[in-house]
Amino acid sequence: MDAELLRVTGLTRYYGNRVGCRDVSFSLWPGEVLAIVGESGSGKSTLLSLLSGHLMPTRGEVSYRDRDGRWLSLAELSEADRRRLQRTDLGVVHQNPRDGLRMRVSAGGNIGERLMALGQRHYGRIRGSGLDWMERVELDPGRIDEHPSAFSGGMQQRLQIARNLVTSPRLVFMDEPTSGLDVSVQARLLDLLRHLVSSLGLAVVLVTHDLAVARILAHRMMVMRGGEVVETGLSDQVLDDPCHPYTQLLVSSILQA
Amino acid sequence: MNAEAMPGYNYAYLDEQTKGMIRRAILKAVAIPGYQVPFGSREMPLPYGWGTGGIQITASIIGPDDVLKVIDQGADDTTNAVSIRSFFARTAQVATTTTTEEATVIQTRHRIPEAPLKSGQILVYQVPIPEPLRFMEPSESETRTMHALEEYGVMHVKLYEDIAEHGRIATSYNYPVKVEDRYIMCPSPIPKFDNPKMDNCQALQLFGAGREKRIYAIPPHTRVKSLDFEDHPFEIQSWDEACSICGSRKSFLDEIITDDHGGRMFVCSDSDFCARRVREQEGT
Repeated sequence: MDAELLRVTGLTRYYGNRVGCRDVSFSLWPGEVLAIVGESGSGKSTLLSLLSGHLMPTRGEVSYRDRDGRWLSLAELSEADRRRLQRTDLGVVHQNPRDGLRMRVSAGGNIGERLMALGQRHYGRIRGSGLDWMERVELDPGRIDEHPSAFSGGMQQRLQIARNLVTSPRLVFMDEPTSGLDVSVQARLLDLLRHLVSSLGLAVVLVTHDLAVARILAHRMMVMRGGEVVETGLSDQVLDDPCHPYTQLLVSSILQA
Repeated sequence: MNAEAMPGYNYAYLDEQTKGMIRRAILKAVAIPGYQVPFGSREMPLPYGWGTGGIQITASIIGPDDVLKVIDQGADDTTNAVSIRSFFARTAQVATTTTTEEATVIQTRHRIPEAPLKSGQILVYQVPIPEPLRFMEPSESETRTMHALEEYGVMHVKLYEDIAEHGRIATSYNYPVKVEDRYIMCPSPIPKFDNPKMDNCQALQLFGAGREKRIYAIPPHTRVKSLDFEDHPFEIQSWDEACSICGSRKSFLDEIITDDHGGRMFVCSDSDFCARRVREQEGT
């Protein structure tokens, strides 16, 4: 098996006296999908911001192993290096596509932005990548010049995914990527995500409060409550045989169709 | 200094402390070509948008020995140009001219003169919006970080959008440039026709944005490159017509509507350049 991609030790973040998240440690391997589940306010999003380097921890460390096999501590990188890493190796898919897209820029421009940030200066090739990625996320390439505001919520989410994946990142953070969508659109997006993750060998950290989404996408699962991880294990194991009382409560609160 | 000319006012309108502050900002701007230096912009007897930034720079660098030329859209005889010229004639007792070669300081809005600028001349631009990244990134703290880290990908997103929409780079004025391979800079709303004149220019170029409180500069002999794509290279405007007054085919032409029946003519926007060509033609 490959070496880990991400190593997290004792990650802690306080907001004043309040706990954002406390003492989180785990490792993530290439190609693995980890779901972080828990109710609102349990520290999921704080943890995601810490992992993606958009928030600095009070204590603890996030280390990322780059393509050359070197370990980089996110907190110790210079701002320039951290932002470069965020543009190339990492990706973030926001819950609200408006946070992750440029709404006044066409779909093609949105997808091409990271390429141009990396120094690509050939319009034809940038546009070619845009068309290619529209197709890969099942968007109509004929709409490449439309603005995201002309797209439905599900399409905006696909566009956001394409915009992130165009530089072949190795690790993508997703914050409730399907929560704003209706059930059928959600199902198709999950299908697409599952396909992309397995075909690209992408590692994903997925924050969700939807246990069904976690079950479909994630190999492993971390259950958070009050800023701490209360249970962790393989998805099926956690969902079928929850040990912690809180996880049992979560699992039993799923509405049975 | 001539105190009689404007009793109660300092030479060239601004007080000496303010001039010192602006000169320090100019020195810093010259030291870091293309970098926007914040300065304490003052109220001027002129509305924002009429050249408050340019006029403050001119007031800070002008002396009794200078010869001032002011142009607006290339012309010496438009309202703004006439007012600013007479403002400095009164407050700084400088000689004024409309001839590009005679001027030591040229304050401009929207054009660079057609005649090549010489060493020793200073071109002062009036700038409405100094931040080239503004239209892509509204946050000032973010744009400063992007400048600091040279994260300029979004500028090409803007050009990409142009080509996607129009089939070519349709930006025709305020066309972004990279200065000395480092900072991306707004050339102020000059036509892109004038962009090549900024490159390796012999004169000092100073840019003042009064409302936005920024000064930046291009020192003489500095590389200035207009952004483009490999397969859509930068190009300047060209006209099928020649100037109807002087017949020039090399200058920037304004289209002037002459009647209600679709009548139009093209004339040089640089009035000094045009008038001189006419004089030369009459002379021969």
